[in-house]
Amino acid sequence: MEAATRTAALPRSIEEIRAEFPILSQEVHGLPLAYLDNGATAQKPLAVIEALDRYWREQNANVHRGVHTLSEQATSLYEEARATVAGHLGADRREVIFVRNATEALNLVAYSWGRGNLGEGDRIALTEMEHHSNIVPWYQLAREKGAELDWVAVTDEGRLDLDHLAKLLERGPKLVSIAHVSNVLGTINPVAEIARMAHDAGALLVVDGAQAGPKLELDIGELGADFYALTSHKMYGPTGLGVLFGRRELLEEMPPFIGGGSMIRKVRRELITWADLPAKFEGGTPAIGEAIGFAAAVRWLDELGLDAVHAEEVELTGYALERLGEVPGLTVFGPPAGDDRGGILSFALEGVHGHDVAEILDRHGVAVRAGHHCAQILMDRLGVPATTRASLAVYNTSSEIDRLVEGLLDVRRVFEL
Amino acid sequence: MDELYRDQILEHYKRPHNFGPLEQYDLEFEDNNPFCGDEQHIFIKLDDEGRVSEISFEGQGCAISTAATSLLTDELAGKSREELLKLPKEYVLDLLGIDISATRMKCALLGLKVIKGASLGAPADWEDEGEQGDPSQAAAV
Repeated sequence: MEAATRTAALPRSIEEIRAEFPILSQEVHGLPLAYLDNGATAQKPLAVIEALDRYWREQNANVHRGVHTLSEQATSLYEEARATVAGHLGADRREVIFVRNATEALNLVAYSWGRGNLGEGDRIALTEMEHHSNIVPWYQLAREKGAELDWVAVTDEGRLDLDHLAKLLERGPKLVSIAHVSNVLGTINPVAEIARMAHDAGALLVVDGAQAGPKLELDIGELGADFYALTSHKMYGPTGLGVLFGRRELLEEMPPFIGGGSMIRKVRRELITWADLPAKFEGGTPAIGEAIGFAAAVRWLDELGLDAVHAEEVELTGYALERLGEVPGLTVFGPPAGDDRGGILSFALEGVHGHDVAEILDRHGVAVRAGHHCAQILMDRLGVPATTRASLAVYNTSSEIDRLVEGLLDVRRVFEL
Repeated sequence: MDELYRDQILEHYKRPHNFGPLEQYDLEFEDNNPFCGDEQHIFIKLDDEGRVSEISFEGQGCAISTAATSLLTDELAGKSREELLKLPKEYVLDLLGIDISATRMKCALLGLKVIKGASLGAPADWEDEGEQGDPSQAAAV
């Protein structure tokens, strides 16, 4: 891709960015680590590691209850973290609920909104490219309520079939729930357009943003999602922390999900009333240090600029698709290179199972993932039991792609293809 | 490349023995490895004394799981259901003759799990996760 077409540039070189990630300097099997499993979890920059270290060494206390200095400081850091995330999304701070991960965010919607608003014969539209975390909560809900699930088809090119979505919307679903970025195909779905279609049909839109968080600038107003789920650890932050964005009018009407401390206004024997947003949905002591670490990750991403991160990834993905095309017998799934194609590269090598591919690549120091990627509905659609997946982050380089390709050629040698 | 993909393993992967369903069988079972989704289906024909006379398998899997079940099915003729249920994981690992890492252990043991499932008529435990159920239960099946 020519520089002229780039919309934004990173403020520093990839080498400088790599140097901020201590783990990337290690060797695996005597070779430099090429970490291409970022779709599973991203590595952590010093900005995050140091924020966590500072919190545990100097700032740890419980939030929202002590009047002592440390507790006040922890409370204000925790609420600043919420404000950072709200700013990142263009949302109100009351619309940002801290949960454990994107899975819990989606479950919160299914349990709290779903159980109050869905009944027998109601419909939910999902897509064939969903991660199990955006399938199982709706399946459980549908089973319990006698509701029905519909599945938006994936085209041969690996995109959502929006004509099919339009047809399914004629059945009047109450809810549509889709991935923003496919964790297998890398497809970046047109969320704003899907939000308009869903809303015109009277449905709410839930978006699983687990893979989009580290890749795309997110303006929740522009996207038009009613609920949006994120997870910290794929966004260069710590594990154990996720975010549910929910439109305030909806959250106000929804009952709590987890009952316990912090989420109540008043507890009497006969009547318990709920705290205001966002506390109503944060029962129990939250993941305070992790929220603060996540805020450091979000600030780090915002400072790099997600438009620049995306432009860089589109370019590297184009290179990777070109190089992978040189490997005989290799099928790469997902759309061709372009602005709506993220750096998630799933492939199958004819005659070799994905686990064997991943094992041999590991001997080359190249970390990838093999399996069904928690997307068995999509595996059925693609007609494969499993794929091998290389997933890119902002610190990956074209020479790591070259090593991936070298490794794949070695797989062919080992298997005498 | 190391010995994991040595010739014997690749040979059994590319041309697995006892592959494809039996036309007539007394026991059959299908089970999967939840970590990767790989499935194997086992078919067993018993003789008059209730011992394995024919055994075959089918399914899609990696080199390790396919080779392990291919090697295993070569060895089981003449065994009773109770004997099948008593097979330890070492039986399979010895047949493979290579070091299996923790992350590939389930690949190596899938076939054994499915064979035990066929003997029990119900999903069997993983041999790397504690003891198999009391073989005397199998007689009651």
